[in-house]
Amino acid sequence: MIDREQVLHVARLARLSLDEDEVERMSRELSGILEHVETIGELDLDIDGVKPTTHVVPLENVLRPDQAQPSLERDRILANAPDVDGDFFRVPSPQA
Amino acid sequence: MSASDSAILDLSVASGVAEVEAGNLSADEWFSAYADRPDELGAYLWRAEGPGDVAGTEPPDGSLGGVPVAVKDIFCLDGVPTTAGSRILEGYLPPYTATAVERLLGAGARVLGKTNMDEFAMGSSNENSAYGDVCNPWDPARVPGGSSGGSAAAVAGGLAPCAIGTDTGGSIRQPAALCGVVGLKPTYGSISRSGMIAFASSLDQCGPFTRDVTDSALLLAAMQGLDPKDSTATGIPAGVELPSRQDLKGLRIGVPRELSSDAKGIETGVRESFERSLALCEELGAEVVEAVLPHAGHGISAYYLLAPAEASANLARYDGVRFGLREPAEHLDAMYERTRAAGFGPEVKRRIMLGTYALSSGFYDAYYGRAQRVRTRIAEDFAAAFEQFDLLVTPTSPSVAFGIGERADDPLAMYMSDYCTVPMSLAGIPAISIPSGTATPDGGGPELPVGLQIAGPAYSESLILDAAHALEGAIGFDPTAPFAGGRS
Repeated sequence: MIDREQVLHVARLARLSLDEDEVERMSRELSGILEHVETIGELDLDIDGVKPTTHVVPLENVLRPDQAQPSLERDRILANAPDVDGDFFRVPSPQA
Repeated sequence: MSASDSAILDLSVASGVAEVEAGNLSADEWFSAYADRPDELGAYLWRAEGPGDVAGTEPPDGSLGGVPVAVKDIFCLDGVPTTAGSRILEGYLPPYTATAVERLLGAGARVLGKTNMDEFAMGSSNENSAYGDVCNPWDPARVPGGSSGGSAAAVAGGLAPCAIGTDTGGSIRQPAALCGVVGLKPTYGSISRSGMIAFASSLDQCGPFTRDVTDSALLLAAMQGLDPKDSTATGIPAGVELPSRQDLKGLRIGVPRELSSDAKGIETGVRESFERSLALCEELGAEVVEAVLPHAGHGISAYYLLAPAEASANLARYDGVRFGLREPAEHLDAMYERTRAAGFGPEVKRRIMLGTYALSSGFYDAYYGRAQRVRTRIAEDFAAAFEQFDLLVTPTSPSVAFGIGERADDPLAMYMSDYCTVPMSLAGIPAISIPSGTATPDGGGPELPVGLQIAGPAYSESLILDAAHALEGAIGFDPTAPFAGGRS
């Protein structure tokens, strides 16, 4: 069960503002989903014996020669930004 | 529409390439036959007026010379609007092209347009797109499946001879099943993810939608391979052979009971079609035996912790700084929060919240850590099964296409659409969905396509395609959808 306080805490961690309706709905829906996924808690899993999978395909380091390559065009990158100042992305003050 | 146009629309990828090569068909004619058709299904978000609209288009020779292809809007195309179905990327013009699309262009294919999709590939019905629903060409009141709903509907609806999409937990196979086309999710890593907008990076995989199995092999062969821009790309080491099998002699096929007879919620018509497919496998000479995947039933639970967890990290980049939407605010944190609130739709917010919760301090071990261990168990189950069996078969989707709006208010019911496809994604193994016939939904309705899923060990694509080819011939499915406009 995820209550209102937990929803607001997680939303803050995720940098997501939620309106009152969304907080109420999120609490109800996430609780329902978690109630279902928590069935994996009933599995008899030897936590120390089973290794967690982060990647399914065995991979070795891939190396390449350390050579300069052309990078993306700066103007085209900046053209997608909501606000720029010269060659910089401009953002509001971080002081809250 | 003239008779010759209709004949052009009936060409498969393989036969169209042959016609272009023989000089019987011009690549521009092939392109226009599709580009000129009205999109009554809502399959496209952007359409090219001519092949030259997409940078990197090559002369129409090569293994896909002149092939018109529809591309899911999750793939970046140089200078072409790319939204991933989200408001937060409205107006974004990528400065580069995804490797998978570069490979298609390099083989002579031409991009018809960008197809509609569930926002950031999160969904099983295409109803989570910020840009409207897509209609299923078999019944416009029903969903095409998702998240690659536009790509599946375009191929089934006579708006493209082939398309590409992405599959994280079933997003190619499930819409292919619901629209009556062939959808292949290759082995994880076999096609580069460079330029493919990330949802859950340990699961995301590009693959083709086609009208037949041979065409699926052709597209896969063109796209697979290593890529200096994605060090997790492995290619398919043995390459891809064009399928030729007419029978299944000598093959042992397992039927995982957790994903078939023991699975809850599989519709009667889907079950009956699946039983007929198993009988066909035996008629074609395969040995068909029950198999067990003891942890597969927990796939959905593990997936809906792992995929949202990865998504919550991947989607942190949409912050109103470098691209996409920005909602103004006096301070930086408020700008982030308002931008993301305005730019993301309800399902994406739900998954970001779920993933952030599963990764948060105090809950990490119980949710994320545990789900990663269930994933290990599921991969071990498959490895054990493939010691006994060459291939495994299941229904692709528990149901035929459902009505638009029918499951929209019940996230868990929607997640269950992926019940039979998620385990293969978690194990990283390849699986294809081919049409196995039609069935009516529980409670009545029109005849709608049913999908059969065939899965094999990592990098067994050539075998899967070969078996699918033999079954396809025996099933004899007519892919002409009733609402495919001028094709019928």
